[in-house]
Amino acid sequence: MDRFFFQLTFFTYVAATAGYLVHLITLRKGVERIATYILGAGLALHTITIGIRWAYGHHPPLVSFYDVFSFLAWSICAVFLLFQAGYNLKALGAFVSPVITLFMVLSMMHPSQMLPLPPALQSYWLPIHASISILSYALLTLSFCISVMYLIQEHQIKKKQLGAIFKRLPSLQVLDKMAEKCLKVGFPLLTLGIITGSIWAEQAWGAYWSWDPKETWSLITWLLYAALLHQRLTVGWRGRKSAYMTIIGYITLLFTFIGVTYLLPGAHSYAT
Amino acid sequence: MPHKEKAKDILLVGVNHKTAPVEVREKLALTQLERPVTTLFENLPSCQEIVFLSTCNRVEVIAASSNPKRAREEIFEFWMRHSGLDEDVLSKSSYYHEGIEAIRHVFRVASSLDSMVVGEPQILGQLKEAYRMALEEGCSGQLLNKLMHKAFSVAKRIRTETKIASQAVSISYAAVALAKKIFGDLSGKKAMLIGAGEMAELAAQHLKTNGVEELVVANRTLERAIDLAKALDGKAISLEELDDALVETDIVISSTGAPGIIIHKERVQKIMRPRRHRLLFFIDIAVPRDIDPGVNDIDNVYLFDIDELKEVVEENKAERQREAVKAERIIEAEVIKFRSWLNSLDIVPVIKGLQEKAESIRRRELARTFKNLKHLDDKDLKAIEKLTQSLVSKLLHDPIIFLKKCSKEEDREQLLSLITQLYSLDGLGQTVSLEEYMEAKGKGVKKLSSKKV
Repeated sequence: MDRFFFQLTFFTYVAATAGYLVHLITLRKGVERIATYILGAGLALHTITIGIRWAYGHHPPLVSFYDVFSFLAWSICAVFLLFQAGYNLKALGAFVSPVITLFMVLSMMHPSQMLPLPPALQSYWLPIHASISILSYALLTLSFCISVMYLIQEHQIKKKQLGAIFKRLPSLQVLDKMAEKCLKVGFPLLTLGIITGSIWAEQAWGAYWSWDPKETWSLITWLLYAALLHQRLTVGWRGRKSAYMTIIGYITLLFTFIGVTYLLPGAHSYAT
Repeated sequence: MPHKEKAKDILLVGVNHKTAPVEVREKLALTQLERPVTTLFENLPSCQEIVFLSTCNRVEVIAASSNPKRAREEIFEFWMRHSGLDEDVLSKSSYYHEGIEAIRHVFRVASSLDSMVVGEPQILGQLKEAYRMALEEGCSGQLLNKLMHKAFSVAKRIRTETKIASQAVSISYAAVALAKKIFGDLSGKKAMLIGAGEMAELAAQHLKTNGVEELVVANRTLERAIDLAKALDGKAISLEELDDALVETDIVISSTGAPGIIIHKERVQKIMRPRRHRLLFFIDIAVPRDIDPGVNDIDNVYLFDIDELKEVVEENKAERQREAVKAERIIEAEVIKFRSWLNSLDIVPVIKGLQEKAESIRRRELARTFKNLKHLDDKDLKAIEKLTQSLVSKLLHDPIIFLKKCSKEEDREQLLSLITQLYSLDGLGQTVSLEEYMEAKGKGVKKLSSKKV
């Protein structure tokens, strides 16, 4: 049952991505709005999928890679739609929707069966910690996408290539501001995710911080984003440097989120 | 004869920037007349409707006449009388369009495809104004009303469906467009003008109309700066205060006559920290250049020099030309649509003739028959009358539909003359007054135009 809805969600996301890309290339009016409607429908289907799995598993489906990637895709989608409702940044959909689809693909690459939750993890902190963290990832994903757009646009202007790409992307200052907005919300959530995680760790394992690889890398990620925001707010860093830092921060985040589990096993590993 | 009453056609006589020098154009503009369109209307007996368009790049008389050739002669005579130009000059520098050509020309003018700078939007407003004048003076009628409304909607369609006017085609507009791509919204931004010059002042003016909040003028001589600042509603500073001012500025337009670089890379690097790395946009339109090209390598600083801006403008012009091709296609389609509506107008008199002939035959024959049918009662007579009516209308139904559907011009002309001969509508011997004719036409128009023209 949830498989069916998951697949339906996936195809809807693919359709929305295709719509955004068609709009980016042809600039045909109305296509972008249709893509957004399709994405909204995808989000609804996705919500049903997650709800079904929650009901089946009797715990929030946030334990396996399959579920976590799926929930991340859901969060990015929700955050993106909310963001566009407020700011309607042009061309953003064409950059964010492929990322959503990519996380769905990553989810599909992992086994979907639900394992019983180990007693250590059975806590109400699980949904709190996981959902806050993933929400922060979603916002940081958005700031990553916007930073990529910034760098592309900046390159066009510096090199005086004022062609199709230049015309399709928003202005530099707008991109910079929007990336900052996402960071300003995403970073406190990331912080909160780490704090709630450490409270949960204390309950589960008896120590707030035990320097396992996941925790170490979270700290590194957190420090990178903290440094970036600090430089932005005090010295007035912006533009290219800030965009590069955002991208480096995001790669570190992805490593913390995915790479650590595969490469540096520890207490935090997701069920794979 | 209804159909013999020659239908009105659209014609156009005019001069534009391509065909006539300004000395000729200004004479034909009839500026000495208070209401040129009214005077024209009163003095051109062959023109039943007139719109008079006069702009700095073109003077055109758009008219509807049942004798276009004669109308043209009248327009020429009128112009010669009022401008003092001789016929030779006039016929050499003017163009004349009739029918489908005239319609196409009006659509192209409205859509700014015939303009000096293709895509420049002012012409549409000028045409609307000319039409409004004609309408107020009662000089425009059914045909030109329709033509003008269609021209406006075609222009709008072209504006939305092609990118003909979306690109800046002058240096100063290109500079503003770039500033918008860097800063997004220009409101609240500060601009600085270093040196003077027409292009720089124009760019500064455009920046202001696009929301730039404050304008600073820097000049080697403070007096000149003060003068210019006054003219542009800005603040004057001397070149010594440049560094401090640069910290506050977002957009710099430089166009001094200085022989060498006046703003070096190091100078800009120094001010980036105090300005908290806010984006800085330099527009260098001076020759030789005022600003070190290396400035463009500094983070968050963007520099465009005059050559780069020219390149942008050239590319945009090329794009406009490409878009113009699309626009011409739209115009062709609309001209055909309009023409077929226009053509449908001369069907109406034939249809009316046909119906009248049938009706008069029916009445005559019915009256004759009734004379011999005295024994029938009213009910029977009514039934017979009804029978004849339905016979007539059923017989006429198919040919009328066929006529209305016939859209190809040559076919229709043949068809019209064939029907006229076939039913010898000429021999009917009745004349239709212009009023009646117009009324019939009007009815037909209503019917046909509700059918989507």
